[in-house]
Amino acid sequence: MTTLDEKSIYGPVTNWQSDFDHADPSYNENAHAIWSELRGTCPVAHTERYGGTWLPVTHDLVHEIAYDTEHFSSRGVVVATVKPSDLPDAIPAPIGGAPPITSDPPFHQDARRILLPAFSPKTIDLWEPEIRLLCRELIADMKAADVVDAATQFAQHIPVNVIARMLGFPPEDGEKFRGFVHDVLEAINLEPGKRAEAFMALDAYIAKQVQDHIDNPRDDLTNFLLNAKIYDQPLSLQHVGGSIILLLIAGIDTTWSAIGSSLWHLATNPVDRRRLVDNPALMPTAIEEFLRAYAPVTMARVVKDDYNFHGNEMKQNDWVLLPFPAANRDPKEFENADQVLIDREVNRHAAFGLGIHRCLGSNLARLELRVAVEEFLAAFPDFELAPDEVVKWSVGQIRGPRELPVRINARTL
Amino acid sequence: MKVQVDQSKCQGHNRCYAIAPELFDVDDLGNAFAIGDGVVEPHLAEKARLAVANCPEYAISIVEE
Ligand code: HEM
Ligand code: SF4
Repeated sequence: MTTLDEKSIYGPVTNWQSDFDHADPSYNENAHAIWSELRGTCPVAHTERYGGTWLPVTHDLVHEIAYDTEHFSSRGVVVATVKPSDLPDAIPAPIGGAPPITSDPPFHQDARRILLPAFSPKTIDLWEPEIRLLCRELIADMKAADVVDAATQFAQHIPVNVIARMLGFPPEDGEKFRGFVHDVLEAINLEPGKRAEAFMALDAYIAKQVQDHIDNPRDDLTNFLLNAKIYDQPLSLQHVGGSIILLLIAGIDTTWSAIGSSLWHLATNPVDRRRLVDNPALMPTAIEEFLRAYAPVTMARVVKDDYNFHGNEMKQNDWVLLPFPAANRDPKEFENADQVLIDREVNRHAAFGLGIHRCLGSNLARLELRVAVEEFLAAFPDFELAPDEVVKWSVGQIRGPRELPVRINARTL
Repeated sequence: MKVQVDQSKCQGHNRCYAIAPELFDVDDLGNAFAIGDGVVEPHLAEKARLAVANCPEYAISIVEE
């Protein structure tokens, strides 16, 4: 599992300081060791790949960039062979193609405000019974087997189903969504023309769903966006489509990864698993610790103008990765940063980002993660990695197990 | 002892509301505010300190009176 996608235009990484590639499968497999080594040598790694990309790995530097919207733009948040500046038709800053994640101040705040009420804790809490039922159905489907894939048979279905219901999209299109998410987030190193084709397919799908909601309005997020206003005007169809793409892409791989990594931890750490089974009151700190230690999401920024960042000569339109997961493992910010302590009470982690782009779906993501772990443990109080099978990790900015075969050693029922 | 949320820093991570719902509430946008005048009863002092220590945006402060 250490070969690059055969379609990649780049070769294997030769040096993590000067030629890193976060889409080389060995990056996510060895991420913690790589960040730790870089922290000790150069805290900002560089690569010529993707047209020039930087990777700061300390909490201080990640924090600084996340807050600095003057020098760093969110116009592009997924590092790829295609840069926003390469696309003549791309929607420029401060709006970007998928508001609010691709937006900069001052527009960002107004686009974000539209969506905030739909994702506030009190609105999201109402989804708990439905998410629990969904988890139980998924578990019932795999109840009898000795070996189950906790990623493909369980984790991945939860965010896909929930977001399809929220947007009012056909639930049977789940497989399609996962394909789109893969194209956007994992297939980043294709030849640029191939990447553009993938985006066209996604745009066409969304346009069709939006048209269906215009023709047959109903009570869901898509119609909510179609009715929403900004500066007293209805949102443009482009804005609606961009926000929908964002909600579809942002919630799926991320949450799937968080659930998968948490179950991977419990499969490989029987003491923690038993403690959680015996003492469910530990769940809140355990969930925050899984989010810290296995934070799935690295974001990106685009350098606005040439800028000397702590001695690094960044050029206009260079990419900068924002590895919140690396910040979460910085020993300067966290005691015993490399240990996973499920009762860690002081845990100022940045899994959901820092500053104005704080994950809009964080309340939903936490709810899905907690309910998924609770239900899996309730059904399978004892499980471990299946012997002779391999765990497969994702590639790119979202880190989590894509295949997680576990052997069930005890089940309730 | 009182808790205060700096609205210009709060980004709605909701860690405070999860840790100490007795002391913090959230508005429709998901941003936090201290309940009432922010006064912390002695039995909630530890929770108040944990909320401060877990806020990713350093938005909460404790004022000793
Ligand atoms: C464990 C799961 C998740 C993690 C770790 C996560 C992480 C993040 C991070 C780090 C950001 C900051 C982006 C930046 O700084 O550029 C972000 C933004 C965002 N996330 Fe999430 N996310 C998760 C799940 C979700 C879900 C379930 C949704 C919604 C369905 C969602 C929707 C969004 C949106 C809309 C933004 C953009 C916010 C803005 O730019 O103002 N996320 N997420
Ligand atoms: S933890 Fe901090 S950022 Fe989050 S809601 Fe509370 S005050 Fe706001």
